Amino acid sequence: MAGQGRKSSLKEQIDENLRRVYQDALEQEVPERFKQLLEQLRKGRKESDQ
Amino acid sequence: MSAASDAAPRDPRDELPEHLAALRAFALSLTRNGATADDLVQDTIVKAWTNLDKFEPGSNMRAWLFTILRNTFYSMKRKTRREVADPEGVHAAGLYDKPAHDGRLAFGDFTAAFDRLSAEHREVLILVGASGFSYEEAAEMMGVAVGTVKSRANRARARLAELLGLEQGEDILAKADGGTLAVMGRSGMQAA
Repeated sequence: MAGQGRKSSLKEQIDENLRRVYQDALEQEVPERFKQLLEQLRKGRKESDQ
Repeated sequence: MSAASDAAPRDPRDELPEHLAALRAFALSLTRNGATADDLVQDTIVKAWTNLDKFEPGSNMRAWLFTILRNTFYSMKRKTRREVADPEGVHAAGLYDKPAHDGRLAFGDFTAAFDRLSAEHREVLILVGASGFSYEEAAEMMGVAVGTVKSRANRARARLAELLGLEQGEDILAKADGGTLAVMGRSGMQAA
């Protein structure tokens, strides 16, 4: 039982750590430049529309 | 700002901001470098914006954006060959401690090992292991067969275990993935 239990728990630990790596990155603040970029793209589009 | 009526179907452009954090997290997973990740996200946004007419409304926008991002990443990598010299061998000997006695992996050791995976391995692990995409979705994003995603994910996990000093990793992970019971062999599975 020791073998089997430890083995599946290693995979779980790897996946748990992977989720944490991703989650940590996800929780970082999104840099202002991206919102500004979207804003610019939006303006450019309106101008070309009109 | 927008004079569009509320009743109109949602403009996919309005949905883009909701995916910025995820795009950046995926970019960081691929590049492991904040400045490069930001450049990658920037390129992705511009490409997505100019190709938005090719986006099928109602389909998974995050998957669509991730596909643009990873394609941009790999072509960026091909062009600049900005790949960091593989530190393999430098760290391989003994930098990583075995897990503590309780068997838990230390997060610092984990991220150090994760950094040293190839981008392809980081990509597959983040897509199927962390960001909640199915194997099928990941296969579509990566432009490969589902079986390739599965075997790549297995190899990536095994490599990670190896980098963490868990030498029996390959076995462990192949089994844990539910592949073949046969390999469980003699020692693994006694009756409960």
